[in-house]
Amino acid sequence: MHSQAQNPFGPTPYERKKERASLIAKVVTFVMSMALVIPMLLIIGLIFVKGWSVISVDYLWENPRGGGIAGGIWGPLIGTFFLTLTCLVIVAPVGVLAGIYLNEYAPDNRATRAIMIAVTSLAGVPSIVHALFGLGAFVVAMHMGKSLLAAACTLAVMTLPVIITSTREALAAVPRNFREACWNLGASKWQTIRTIVLPNSISGILTGVILVVSRAAGETAPIMLTGAAAYLPLPENMPDKLMPYYLGDQFLALAMHLNVIARDVPNMPTEMKFGSALVLLCLILLINSLAIIIRVQLRRRKRW
Amino acid sequence: MDRLEKPIEYLVRLCGWSSIISVAAIFIFIFREAAPVISKINFIEFFTSTEWHPSKHGEPGEYGALALIVGNFAVAGVAMVMAFPLGLGAAVFISEFASPKVRETLKIGIELLAAVPSIVWGFIGLTVISPLLVDHAGAEIGTNLLNGSIILALMSVPLIVSISEDALRAVPDSYREAGLALGANKWEMVARVLFPAAKNGLLAACMLGVGRAVGETMAVLLATGNTNQIPHSLIDPIKTLTATIASEMNDAARGEEHFQVLFLLGILLLVITCTINLIADLVIKGMKGKANA
Repeated sequence: MHSQAQNPFGPTPYERKKERASLIAKVVTFVMSMALVIPMLLIIGLIFVKGWSVISVDYLWENPRGGGIAGGIWGPLIGTFFLTLTCLVIVAPVGVLAGIYLNEYAPDNRATRAIMIAVTSLAGVPSIVHALFGLGAFVVAMHMGKSLLAAACTLAVMTLPVIITSTREALAAVPRNFREACWNLGASKWQTIRTIVLPNSISGILTGVILVVSRAAGETAPIMLTGAAAYLPLPENMPDKLMPYYLGDQFLALAMHLNVIARDVPNMPTEMKFGSALVLLCLILLINSLAIIIRVQLRRRKRW
Repeated sequence: MDRLEKPIEYLVRLCGWSSIISVAAIFIFIFREAAPVISKINFIEFFTSTEWHPSKHGEPGEYGALALIVGNFAVAGVAMVMAFPLGLGAAVFISEFASPKVRETLKIGIELLAAVPSIVWGFIGLTVISPLLVDHAGAEIGTNLLNGSIILALMSVPLIVSISEDALRAVPDSYREAGLALGANKWEMVARVLFPAAKNGLLAACMLGVGRAVGETMAVLLATGNTNQIPHSLIDPIKTLTATIASEMNDAARGEEHFQVLFLLGILLLVITCTINLIADLVIKGMKGKANA
């Protein structure tokens, strides 16, 4: 106090009060950020601790038995794989081409703005409404019945905005003079896109594809009404075990399986519930980490 | 190659329209299934009664959706009361106070938080939060309004943080420098310069959070107790529009009144979320327009 009183350039009490307020703001917002991150870590930790004991090769490789109460999760796991793959086959080409259209071809007019609004609206449609749409359009009107194909189509419509938006952003990041140089060499519009624009934005597009996989693998509501079964007896003999569902069959999926054993199966052992939750959570976090790693690599390697 | 140029352009153009086709198809097919009941149902009863007794075996049913609508907005509203201050605080920390390394780490953490599937959140509500509420909040049933709100808050916070952070970053640095040059410290600059300049974006973040929370299904289905009543306290079990569709659809057969009314709930939900999202979109557009001016 004494020394500061002698220093005419030291902070006045008013300034020190302001500095304190700023420090408090920093601490408070930091605590708020931690209040988001710490519960997540605690919850993931809890799922790990409670579910870890059932995780084994047998648990992953055996089909569920007795309505889900015993056995493992092979059937749901492979179901999620085929569901995601089918969804990706449908949505990836359409979504990427739509992204190309919006960034490379679309004129700046009313129609294009309408498309952009449609993309935003589609992303905001609740998943249960997508489920109703899938039920009304694919299951009923197109006579697909409750099936793997109907569920994959429903998921494809739901994930369309994800892939359109990320493709468009990836293409927009390619500098315009790359395209101009290519046009000056006499290349057509499509040749330019195929040989210059796509190779330079492939990592970004891949990130979008990975996000679609993560979204499709984790969703429950849309597949619940369009084809995912609560329980099915599955073949145990070898070739069929690897591919138990055809496009027209009902199927098991990991997210749906968790929904069923969490609520509907009486006397379900707790650690098996946590085991399924753990596998699903790890799967999704791994897929998303992959997308993040690709993005970080991309940013590091970028030369322009 | 030249021969392919035109067909490819048509194909690309067609795919470009896919999002509009999808949105139109969603409206058409949901209306198509709900159509028979729209002329029959008593809309006054639909919006003002809480009696929800679907018809069984041909008997006339009662369809009062008031408690479901109230339940849906209550759980989303309470979730926003928790999520918005936290999300805004975290966005301010990430955008203004954190060092670049901390910022990147937090953003990755929040991105992963956003990826957790809703069924896992519902499972957490059912198995982790529910016993906590019974033991510590005096709730008779652990799956209730508060449980659903906590889960929805955790689910919608990543969205709120990322949009709020975008809004704060969109404020030009010259605003910050001008504030600091006038003698404001960092907090005064945030509160008096950044918040007013970014208020549209922050509002939009809140609205998109509401839109997300209103439309959420699986987490709410598992965490809110599925009881058709208007909540009087935070620990009352409730039922939402989304959970009603999800839990009753597999019991209703096509052609029944019950099936069609569930599609009607879908239309209601679609209209609510589309309105919220479009307003948020306009607010964001307004923000961009001003930033360019």
